[in-house]
Amino acid sequence: MIDWVWLIPLFPAAGFLVNGLFGRWMNFDKRVVAWTACSALGLSFVFSVLVFFSLLQLAPEARAAVPDRVLFDWIVSGDFRAVVGYKVDPLSIIMALVVSGVSFFIHIYSVGYMHDDPGFTRYFAFLNLFVFMMLTLVLANNFLLMFVGWEGVGLCSYLLIGFWFDRDAPANAGKKAFVVNRIGDFGFLVGIFLIFAHLGTVEFTGVFAKASTLDTTTVTIITLMLFLGAAGKSAQIPLYVWLPDAMEGPTPVSSLIHAATMVTSGVYMIARCHVLYTMAPITMATVAIVGAATAIFAASMGLLQFDIKRVLAYSTISQLGYMFLAVGVGAFSAGIFHLMTHAFFKGLLFLGAGSVMHAMSGELDMRNMGGIWKRIPITFWTFVIATLAIAGIPGLAGFFSKDEILWQTYNSGHRYLWLVGAAAAGMTAFYMFRLLFVTFLGKCRASDEVKKHIHESPAIMTIPLIVLAVLSVIGGYVGIPHVLGGRNFFDEFLAPVLGGPPLGSGGHTAFSLVRPAFAAGGLAEEHGFNMEIMLMAVSVAIAVIGIGIAFYLYLWKTEVPKRLGERLKGLYRLVFNKYYVDELYEACFVTSTKRLGTFLWREFDDGVIDRSVNLVARLMLGIAGVLRRIQSGRVQGYALGIILGAVIIILFLIR
Amino acid sequence: MNLVTTQVTVMDLIVIAPALVLTGCALVILLLSAFVPTGRRGFLGYCAVAGVVAAMASLLWGNDGAQSGFNGMVQRDPFALFFTVIIGIITLLTILASLGYARREGIDFGEYYVLILFASVGMMLMAAGGNFLIIFLGLEVMSIAIYVLAGIMRDDARSVEAAFKYFLLGAFASAFFLYGIALIYASTGTFDLTGINRVFTEQSSIRILPIVITGLALLIVGFGFKIALVPFHMWTPDVYEGAPTTITAFMATGVKAAAFAAFVRVFWHALPQLQPYWVEIMWVLAVATMTVGNIIALVQTNIKRMLAYSSIAHAGYILVAFVAGNQLGAASILFYLLAYCFMNIGAFTVVILLGKKGEERTLISDYAGVGSRHPLLAAAMAIFMFSLAGVPPTAGFMAKLYVFSTAIQAGYYWLAVIGVLNSAVAAYYYLRVLIYVYFREQEGESPITQFAPAAVLVVVISAWGVLHLGVLPSAFFAMAQRSIQFLR
Amino acid sequence: MLLNYIPVLLLIGVAIFFACFAVAASALLGPRQANQTKGAPYECGMPTLGPTHQAVPIKYYIIAMLFLVFDLEVVFLYPWAVVFRELKVAGFVEMMIFIFILLVGFIYVWKKGALNWE
Repeated sequence: MIDWVWLIPLFPAAGFLVNGLFGRWMNFDKRVVAWTACSALGLSFVFSVLVFFSLLQLAPEARAAVPDRVLFDWIVSGDFRAVVGYKVDPLSIIMALVVSGVSFFIHIYSVGYMHDDPGFTRYFAFLNLFVFMMLTLVLANNFLLMFVGWEGVGLCSYLLIGFWFDRDAPANAGKKAFVVNRIGDFGFLVGIFLIFAHLGTVEFTGVFAKASTLDTTTVTIITLMLFLGAAGKSAQIPLYVWLPDAMEGPTPVSSLIHAATMVTSGVYMIARCHVLYTMAPITMATVAIVGAATAIFAASMGLLQFDIKRVLAYSTISQLGYMFLAVGVGAFSAGIFHLMTHAFFKGLLFLGAGSVMHAMSGELDMRNMGGIWKRIPITFWTFVIATLAIAGIPGLAGFFSKDEILWQTYNSGHRYLWLVGAAAAGMTAFYMFRLLFVTFLGKCRASDEVKKHIHESPAIMTIPLIVLAVLSVIGGYVGIPHVLGGRNFFDEFLAPVLGGPPLGSGGHTAFSLVRPAFAAGGLAEEHGFNMEIMLMAVSVAIAVIGIGIAFYLYLWKTEVPKRLGERLKGLYRLVFNKYYVDELYEACFVTSTKRLGTFLWREFDDGVIDRSVNLVARLMLGIAGVLRRIQSGRVQGYALGIILGAVIIILFLIR
Repeated sequence: MNLVTTQVTVMDLIVIAPALVLTGCALVILLLSAFVPTGRRGFLGYCAVAGVVAAMASLLWGNDGAQSGFNGMVQRDPFALFFTVIIGIITLLTILASLGYARREGIDFGEYYVLILFASVGMMLMAAGGNFLIIFLGLEVMSIAIYVLAGIMRDDARSVEAAFKYFLLGAFASAFFLYGIALIYASTGTFDLTGINRVFTEQSSIRILPIVITGLALLIVGFGFKIALVPFHMWTPDVYEGAPTTITAFMATGVKAAAFAAFVRVFWHALPQLQPYWVEIMWVLAVATMTVGNIIALVQTNIKRMLAYSSIAHAGYILVAFVAGNQLGAASILFYLLAYCFMNIGAFTVVILLGKKGEERTLISDYAGVGSRHPLLAAAMAIFMFSLAGVPPTAGFMAKLYVFSTAIQAGYYWLAVIGVLNSAVAAYYYLRVLIYVYFREQEGESPITQFAPAAVLVVVISAWGVLHLGVLPSAFFAMAQRSIQFLR
Repeated sequence: MLLNYIPVLLLIGVAIFFACFAVAASALLGPRQANQTKGAPYECGMPTLGPTHQAVPIKYYIIAMLFLVFDLEVVFLYPWAVVFRELKVAGFVEMMIFIFILLVGFIYVWKKGALNWE
């Protein structure tokens, strides 16, 4: 069954081809388009599940050693060999499950959401293409194919952000995402080149087997370069600026690409390369610090936004920061765990936001909402579940994963980072509940016109909401912390791939990479038991405090926020304008780059290059004019040419 | 030597199966064209298509190893098979592209297809000939058919002129070729390529005989004419411009592929010991061919002439790999020819589609505004032009990459540098076509509305081939490498 | 190396010499008597009327070419006939195929009307 893995990405590719090539040509009915796209995803999901279960049949050690399914040689040139092949191991199959599963439900949701859009066919073709590329990314067995997927999802992201390209904002947002991502891609590509230059292969198995031959400096540079790529794709400091703007795309796209799947590929990539990362303590520290900083920085920017999708965007950046924090402290499986639960609840939040927009005639500003929860009960209650999950309320998915990250951070000795993470968790709880309260509760502030039309979304949209809500509740129970008497199936499943390096292998003394309690043995468990429970209580308390403040400010004393804003005008403005980072970038990089570009264009291009090119061109055309005259059209001349050629060759040979 | 072995074995038939099938099919079409009344001969083209498909299917008869028939006169080694397939593809695409074109130009009589099939038989014999006699026989079968095809538009003065020039000069060059064969025979006493090789191996003193060297030079002239190497190229633009466009495509790809096949087989299989002599000549010819072809192409205003010069330049690139002369080089020749056949036929078919009866619209300026009128066709043209210019991710890029890296591996740095510079020059005239296609507004009316479906199919197949070879070249390159191993 | 070509050179020299010698010798030695009759186009008959270049109908060429083809067929048959017995059945079959192919051509030519004079 595992050999059938190539079918998983094949179905979305087929869906893309059918809808993309024939959709407009043969003028497909919308139902045909929708069925094609959704059934492609459904089949892809079914096969992911089948492969997953056949992997489960194997012994844990064997799961990480399944031979790569190589389809064909892709580029062979001398020593260089790149294949199109897929790797099945616990890590990749979990990613494939999350990607195909969440995508499937978001596809279904999209059928309802995009129903009246003239670009219906184009939308589904792009969405299928995206899933194909994303599955290629996560299932690839070598860096180069992964890079193909990496660029492919970037392309789809660009196409879908700018889906309504006839308006300026989406078109510019798409461009911004593309340009910022290029910076990261550059790093990723350099990383791949370095790996090939030093190890002579780009296949994961070979690279990780030979990794121990690298010296620390090289591996640090490689991992930093790869991390630059991850930071671009996963919107980390300093390359996060594109993600909030990316919300200009259709909401299901924001949900799928910019919350659940694509943006998490950086985390996946680092987990995939954990062998390299654990060899480079400096990189690990960088990743952890950048992750923690992004988590709190983005959370603080989300505090005061009024646009629902933007709040969610900053929240996404912040949660991605958590994942990087996790992988940065060596808790790779905790990072992947959070990636999975985050896909559920953040996907749900975006879909819920889409449903609200649907009800409110496209309104995005939460100041013009309020009191609508009774009119759209399913949306509201699923939104509540997702909000509870992301805030870290015990019993829901987000609690387990976030808590594991915080505990691992603390346990590996990064107490300050833990503090930062806990503070960010508090902020998260605050802004999410602020969003919930202002949007759904209180009194309605919408115009009468809009008010009349408020209605629950059709079943095709609410069913995905319900499914994702269920997942947001139960998704965490695959990884119950040991300390609560559960069994962390998730960690156990991933252990064959992500299991820590053998003890005593040097290189990570600065940041001890203690595995989860059960793996590291009894000693850590004894010591950490009380501490873990306590920290858990603290983080829950922080979350509750955050919720309490939100309740106080936005439900109880609704006039307070305004007064506070006036009293702390400077701070308020700074945060509301997102610390002016966009403006700073504009001033530092964009303007100066433009100026440099203009200079090069005027002075260097026009002056030096063009002139010399023109000179060469004129010279060539001159020669051509002369040579052309030989071409008289007379057969005698041609025959003479042949004879002369023959004579010259003979004379040359005889010499 | 036992000259008379009259028993024809099954192996002999297997070896010439594709040629046999094509010949039979051509004879049937010839008879049909005589007996079926005018106006009802439209199906003859489809018969020819069926014949080519059957010929390709006949390749399945027999296994993959190296076999030979008729006492080594005809070879069926992977090298021959590779070229037989290339020639089959070329013939098929040419006939498909002709279905609409021939009707439009009023040349859709059976003889047109019969001659194409006969030319194809000649090409296959050239590629498979293990003996100078067969190679020459193939050359003449191919050439005579093509002389007639070039002039098949009897009412068009340029077509007749093309046929006449090609015939005169072709006969002239054949004489050189034949004389070269005769001199080699005189010194070695055999026509058999393996035999010649054996003689040169065993009696090294023969190698420096003037008669051998002169024979070598004359062979170069003979092949050089068919491949259109500078300075034996001068007929090319006139003939390519005047001939019916389908036949131009057929000449530019099929004749070239067949001649290169024989060229490689003769020089590397029969005369490798003479390499010190011919390698320098080839170096010079490669440089001259690339440079002259590209530079004159710069100033052409007629797209058929432009493509003619471009085909000269491409022969030069292939010759670069020929000079390098290592295992990889041979494989890259094969790969290049495969890639070239798709991109060139594709480009010519677009030219065919955009013309109409009596008004071929072959000036480059006629392509203004095509991008907005026929976006898909323009996109296909862009793919072919990018491929000819050698821009990734197209077949042309991979082919050039293989050729130049071959040259570098063999230590011919300057040759590679000159080749790369030439590609840069070439980009100018290919992209100029695209500038007209996309950035110039068209003046006057927009004439064409109906495209022949078969020709559209050719464009699609070619575009697919160009992209497939550009993105996933490995399998084909490996195939080319396997094919060449049997030659050395 | 070049010395090997001396015989060729000699041959060329002799050929040129012989050609020049013959022309020169006849010019020097031959007696010359020019008169009216000798200068006329023909010593007998009528002076020509009109252009001497006349278009020959293309039919001549077609017939001539067809003749050539089938004539060569016959030429090929002769040596075959000589060794007919040694070639046995295989030789017979092969020759029949050869003749059949030409027969197809013949039928084609006939049907197309290339043999009709009018």
